[in-house]
Amino acid sequence: MSDILPFLKSLLSVSGLSAYETPAARLIEEKWTPLVDEIHRSRLGSLQALKKGSGKSPRPSILFATHMDAIGLIVKKIEGEFLYITNVGGVDVRVLIGTPVLVHATGLGKVDELPGVVAMPSAKLLPGDIKDEIWMRYLVVDTGLSAAGVSKRVRVGDLISFNTEPVEMSGEIVSGHSLDNRASVTALTICLEELKSKSHLWDVWAVATVQEETVFGGSTTSAFELQPSVAVAMDVTFGKGPGASDWETFPIGKGPTLSLGPNIHPFLYQRFKELADRLEIPYLVEPIPGNSGTDAVALQWAAEGIPTMLVEIPMRYMHTPVELAALKDIQRAGRLLAEFAASLEADFIEKIVWD
Amino acid sequence: MLTIGAAQFKLLERLCNAVAVSGDESEVRKIVLEEVKPHADEVKVDALGNVLVTKRGTSRNRPRVLLDAHMDEVGFMIVAEDGDGVYQFHTIGGVNERNLAGKQVQVGREHKPGVIGVRPIHLLESDGYTRPVSMDSLRIDLGPNGKAQIGERGTFATKFRRAGPSILSKSIDDRIGVATLIELIKHAPPNIDLCAAFAVQEEIGLRGAKVAAHFFDPDLGIAIDATPANDLPAHDGRENIFYNTKLGLGPAIYVADGSTVHDPRLVKFLQETAESAGIRYQFRQPGGGGTDSGAIQRSRAGIPTVSVSVPHRYTHSPISISRVDDWKDTLNLLYTALERTTKSLITERK
Repeated sequence: MSDILPFLKSLLSVSGLSAYETPAARLIEEKWTPLVDEIHRSRLGSLQALKKGSGKSPRPSILFATHMDAIGLIVKKIEGEFLYITNVGGVDVRVLIGTPVLVHATGLGKVDELPGVVAMPSAKLLPGDIKDEIWMRYLVVDTGLSAAGVSKRVRVGDLISFNTEPVEMSGEIVSGHSLDNRASVTALTICLEELKSKSHLWDVWAVATVQEETVFGGSTTSAFELQPSVAVAMDVTFGKGPGASDWETFPIGKGPTLSLGPNIHPFLYQRFKELADRLEIPYLVEPIPGNSGTDAVALQWAAEGIPTMLVEIPMRYMHTPVELAALKDIQRAGRLLAEFAASLEADFIEKIVWD
Repeated sequence: MLTIGAAQFKLLERLCNAVAVSGDESEVRKIVLEEVKPHADEVKVDALGNVLVTKRGTSRNRPRVLLDAHMDEVGFMIVAEDGDGVYQFHTIGGVNERNLAGKQVQVGREHKPGVIGVRPIHLLESDGYTRPVSMDSLRIDLGPNGKAQIGERGTFATKFRRAGPSILSKSIDDRIGVATLIELIKHAPPNIDLCAAFAVQEEIGLRGAKVAAHFFDPDLGIAIDATPANDLPAHDGRENIFYNTKLGLGPAIYVADGSTVHDPRLVKFLQETAESAGIRYQFRQPGGGGTDSGAIQRSRAGIPTVSVSVPHRYTHSPISISRVDDWKDTLNLLYTALERTTKSLITERK
């Protein structure tokens, strides 16, 4: 496998829930710093890295946005040994029972990582009207600590992340939690590595955004602050596989998707498509009739509006602790972004027109 | 009294991380054989795969005491291929299907990594958010190039760990019994002939114990197992009266379950032993469920039998939880009981 794999696996081994992205941001900052000219955290915590172009100043800029936050759980109530929980982002309650988690406990004045498991009391201990359903409000996290231990170490509001180790499977497949969207962060890293040896006229902003899973907080504010001429969001999309085979799903290992629809500027879509064809980078076309549900939405209507594109990596089992994607698709997406940045002419903005 | 130290934890960790789904207990059998051989008078692997160990005492008129712990765990078998590394599977033993969705698994002797995924929540109608995923739509995904053979078995891919006063692991049921039995063989008292059965196929019908009891023809039998604690709080603050056992209250002595009513002389004997030695104990709430006791009791012309279990939460799931102190007290209750066991124990009428 490519030498980007250890970096991806390191990203899949840390928490970084929405608004608490620092564990992921630290790893990304370390990796990006040698690849860019400037790097800093925004006021909301997004990691904003600038790779300067070779064009005449003032230069136009392109912003690549990949969110680095992850979904997870948060302690809602403590009762004896047990922690009642609620979600941060769109957690799928159907997969929680028996899921290994890590409680980031703050009761001792520093973050104290406690392994635990999500459990549901037996039916006799639950109200009859939920029948056989699984409701978040009745689930608990058990850390194996005594009531006294829990009371000393855990506080309401403490975060809980998934605790599945990333695994490699045959055929250059990676599975773990938070591949959404650390797969794209990894692709953007590959893009920056490629740009090291490529000349590009435009400034390139690589941004690892915060709070996508909750309020699109990072993309909204970074687009405003950096005012790019063009923006490209990269995220994961639904992989075809068990339980998911309709038109909204895409096979893994056949390349990233190029999105098409009201969230996307048609000229950008066209340029991406032509470029991928020319370079023989495999891709799939992803029609999005309405809202893409990604950073691309916030980028598009930031400030006075930004021409926006969305590139996605097909991934199975989205929002579960066993998300699964093909490394090849990540590499292809990274290369495509780099080639796109390098292909931008000085007068590209003038070409982006309607009709 | 015996202690639980680094060596005992290390052994339990090896046992828990091994994969031995009913009918394919080879990995645990290997560890058991390696551990018991230096301490045993006789070791035999029988036709079903049970490991049968005899350790003779030295006193006169020794009772033959069968101690049983099962090596197998719940899991699944690969039963059909859908293509692209995706496989249909069937559960083995009582796996609650709610534990399967969204889990990492390991398949076959090489522990090939796989996952059980679900349709993304984004693509569900809102009335589907809280509905458990039905078993017939679940698949094991080994990645597009992944290969498994039909008939290969597997289970959850979680690893053993310790946390504060507890152990968090898959298959505490019944590796904690296996570890306890190995410890008792290493410290067998001289007043008995210890007949140790490391049994197969408990989870699918107490099959190994039946033939093991026949082979040993013991005077009495004790099954060492892990029993579910259902001791979580009720949703509305009412007292939980359905607890089965509670973590932290010591070994659970069985009085009656779905497989048998346990021998009253032996129940009383264990209770008196615990009280005189100052070891904590609890009675498991009589009810359903079963252990190898049921099979042992009705073997040959009948064998007086009882069960002692270490309580654990979240049975047959990726992560069960037990208290180290409950394990230690279970070990010592059994050890003390063996030291006090005589033939007259079961010749007295109840």
